[in-house]
Amino acid sequence: MEDTICAIATSPGIGAISIVRISGQDAIKIANKIFKEKDLTKEASHSILYGHIYDNEELIDEVLLSIMLSPRTYTKEDIVEINCHGGINTTMKIVELLIKNGCRLATPGEFTKRAFLNGRINLLQAESVNDLIMAENDAKRVLALNNIGGKLTQKIKNIREKMGDIIANIEVNIDYPEYEDELVVTNNLLEKQLTIFKKELQEIVNDANNGKIINEGIKVAIIGRPNVGKSSILNFLLDEEKAIVTDIPGTTRDIVEGSISLNGVKLTFLDTAGIHDTSDVVEKIGVEKSKEVAQKADLVIFCLNNNEDVTNEELKILDELKKQEVIVFINKSDLITKLDYKKLNTSYVVGNTKELNGLDNLKKEIQNRFNLNNIVNNNMSYLTNIRQITLINKAMDSLNSAYDAYLNKLEVDIIEIDLKDAWNYLGELIGESYSDELVDNIFSKFCLGK
Amino acid sequence: MYDIIVVGGGHAGCEAAHIAAKMGHKTLLVTGNIKNIGDMPCNPSIGGTAKGIIVREVDALGGLMGKIADISHLQIKMLNNSKGPAVRSLRCQADKITYPKNMLNALKNTLNLEIKEEMIEDLIVEENKVKGVITAGGEKIRSEAVILTTGTYLKGNILVGSENTPGGPHGEKRSNYLSDKLKEYGLKIMRLKTGTPQRIKKDSIDFSVMQEEKGDLHPWKFSFDDDYKYDVFKQQSCYLVYTNDLTHKIIRDNLNKSAMYGGYATGIGPRYCPSIEDKIVRFADKERHQLFLEPESLYYDDWYLQGFSTSMPRDVQELMVHSLHGLENAVITKYAYAIEYDAIDPLQIKPSLENKIIENLFTAGQINGTSGYEEAAGQGIIAGINACLKITNREPLILKRSDAYIGVLIDDLVTKGTIEPYRMLTSRAEFRLLLRSDNADLRLREYAHNVGSITSEQYQEYLNKKEKLSEVLALLRKTYLNLTEINKQIFQDNNLSLPHNNINFYDLLKRPEISLEFLNNNFLKLDLTKEIMEQVEIEVKYEGYIKKAFKEVEKMLKLEEKEIPDDLDYAKVKNLATEARQKLIKVRPKTIAQASRISGVNPVDISVLSVYLKKEYNNE
Repeated sequence: MEDTICAIATSPGIGAISIVRISGQDAIKIANKIFKEKDLTKEASHSILYGHIYDNEELIDEVLLSIMLSPRTYTKEDIVEINCHGGINTTMKIVELLIKNGCRLATPGEFTKRAFLNGRINLLQAESVNDLIMAENDAKRVLALNNIGGKLTQKIKNIREKMGDIIANIEVNIDYPEYEDELVVTNNLLEKQLTIFKKELQEIVNDANNGKIINEGIKVAIIGRPNVGKSSILNFLLDEEKAIVTDIPGTTRDIVEGSISLNGVKLTFLDTAGIHDTSDVVEKIGVEKSKEVAQKADLVIFCLNNNEDVTNEELKILDELKKQEVIVFINKSDLITKLDYKKLNTSYVVGNTKELNGLDNLKKEIQNRFNLNNIVNNNMSYLTNIRQITLINKAMDSLNSAYDAYLNKLEVDIIEIDLKDAWNYLGELIGESYSDELVDNIFSKFCLGK
Repeated sequence: MYDIIVVGGGHAGCEAAHIAAKMGHKTLLVTGNIKNIGDMPCNPSIGGTAKGIIVREVDALGGLMGKIADISHLQIKMLNNSKGPAVRSLRCQADKITYPKNMLNALKNTLNLEIKEEMIEDLIVEENKVKGVITAGGEKIRSEAVILTTGTYLKGNILVGSENTPGGPHGEKRSNYLSDKLKEYGLKIMRLKTGTPQRIKKDSIDFSVMQEEKGDLHPWKFSFDDDYKYDVFKQQSCYLVYTNDLTHKIIRDNLNKSAMYGGYATGIGPRYCPSIEDKIVRFADKERHQLFLEPESLYYDDWYLQGFSTSMPRDVQELMVHSLHGLENAVITKYAYAIEYDAIDPLQIKPSLENKIIENLFTAGQINGTSGYEEAAGQGIIAGINACLKITNREPLILKRSDAYIGVLIDDLVTKGTIEPYRMLTSRAEFRLLLRSDNADLRLREYAHNVGSITSEQYQEYLNKKEKLSEVLALLRKTYLNLTEINKQIFQDNNLSLPHNNINFYDLLKRPEISLEFLNNNFLKLDLTKEIMEQVEIEVKYEGYIKKAFKEVEKMLKLEEKEIPDDLDYAKVKNLATEARQKLIKVRPKTIAQASRISGVNPVDISVLSVYLKKEYNNE
């Protein structure tokens, strides 16, 4: 029913061995056409064979070839994997050969998509695999691997199961109101449960934000008057920490100045007007422009100069940024203090770009604000994409509504409406709900009947 | 020649025959025994959670069950009265002599309806269209449509221990050939099982050691129309009994003698109605199980032992019953038995309850795989209405899941099928805040009027109620509380915190501690019936939840609009899971919404299907 796909499964150019993966009903047949020495159609599943790849009579590479027959494979389809030794060019040649013999080049993530569509992995796992493929740094890779292991799935499953139990209990109370043997779920009992669910779910929601941070990094805007030393701060950070990328302007929507990795988390600096070319810029930055850039950022570093007094304009901008995550950084601490600190009614950190560890305070503050030390030390089971985060937030909202209903002294079965919503959202998240789940749950857990 | 023939005089058959005749069609009700019309062979009650709401829906559609229950009960209660309005439901203990008698009377007084005593063993089928029925004696009776409501009588087998006797309830004749004939016509037949507990002689019961369960002191009624009065103080009580260690030991020691555990029965029993041996095996850690003793009638002495159904042989049943406190000297007048019977696979039925294979053949009740008098009545009235609509070339009445429990019931049956007798539960309804007992008329009378199953007076009454309702709601919105000293005093006297000035009564009523009765008695002083008060209060107090439910309904209806072409070749839809593909081919859902409710069809399959439809049919 599906065509057979192939692709290089390892990162190109890295390592001595590359693996070419083939999946689909003709995987064995096609591989057989280019592999000499053995008849692959007669070999046992999950075996590894030594031999050579030929293009007609021309020897291409010496390989190890694994055969895995459906359904015990990653995609649940027949899979052949060829371990090639000849470097990227020979590997490419092998892919070309496979295509010539009837394979189609796989689109990115297509193996995983098949694994998902064939029921091999659930949605959460599929999304994690995608994240793994796209992983750019270590933290992200650990995170992706953790999801596949299903640590998070298990955590959500546990909460959901407890919710399911109490919902089933409420349903039993409703459908069998005269059975005294079953526990009666009262408002007070429900309140206790709701509090527990809220707490447990809140942890996942908090973690979800961390997951987002790991996955997407933190966008930082450095804002300040041209002479406060924005560029030197940026250059200092880029120098000191490992610069990951210097994006080519235009490739992303935001024009990016550069990125560093802090505690394994990517910090991306957004271009702010006047960072490079101070001479061209008028002596003030517009309030609007600052706000515009700041809005795109997860963190605003608002720079002041220790060597100059703060202007009213700066105070005004600072006030406008109230709703954002802002660190007030006072630069040039190596120079004489001319700034009247009493005018600032916010917290701030001080530093300079002249001394070796001059920006340590700033870095520490960033780590604190985003809890970076914990993010990486933690067990790394986070939700990482928008769909997941939306669902977990919806579940949280429903739980909060349920709690409000309790506070408004509504009946148990009304409070249950929102609890059931939360349960359904979590079911959608882990992709394991089905329409008669609740009814089955009721009958397997409670003893009822005429 | 009749317009419509109804085969079977149980709760489905009564409603079907009555409504067809009421809608002006010449109708024949054929039954094996006229005495058993409206019979209650199992529990002596009508209604219950969710089921009570079905009775109200049957009444709103113009049916009989509620009206007959109102004049035949020994006790009536509003279940879940302390819970939210969505889950309140009436249940009565109906007199097993009076109810059938009143039902028969009502049918005899129905214009256009004839009743005949015959066993039916075959149908007249011409070119896949039913044209009438054939009696056991070979007589052919022709009609335009046939409704089968044969209950447990298709190849019924009564099981007591290892004894297996062919027959229907009360040892009645069973239909031996009809299900075979249906099989010959291409229908898939399945075998189901249900059971009924012992009946105990009244004067052998020691009620003094049991907990009494009385009826409500508030008068209730099922019907929206009639206003039958009864004396709330003259209701009969039920009693609570518990199993104990000895009972459990007797059952465990004799498990191999039970028809179910001894392997004598083949049918699938319902999970919600397990035998007592089932409960003890499956829930081994429970120390006791609750049982109810319920009166069957004022005219004979049998009491029904609810919760003790079993397929143990008689001698073991004696030991079991005598182990119960208060029943040490009990005389068993009828032993518990299990009954196995043939039913058709409901996946072969359209949402109109017409058969997919044989045109103009409708089925309702246990033959469709359900259990319960109310579930039967709900299908019966729909089958009756749709048979009338079919033979007059009109569109069928298909109630949505957001319209009625009856809609949920039929949709579940025809999309999910069933492997055990299907019982309605509140948890099966996703919109139960909309499907309340109090608003069944508001939900359904418009439909009933459109198809002609209620009288013009019934319709007028509904319109009046609806108008009054919106009138009161509008009044609450535009009337503001004047915080005079006197009014302040009223709030203080009732221990209520003072509202801020300039609040309308609508918002005032939203406060959990304030009732409409309080507002009306002290400030509004309107002439309001109890029904209107209840409606208004629910509409206001639960407004947010009701609105949310309607939003969900809208979402569902959008999916209902996404139609799946009848000729869709599921083999061509790539990436469907095998199980989903098989189920879809079997059910052939009409819409994406229906497809999403089929068990085994997962959300992923639904997206795969949606994408395919969009691509191939440009179905948005």
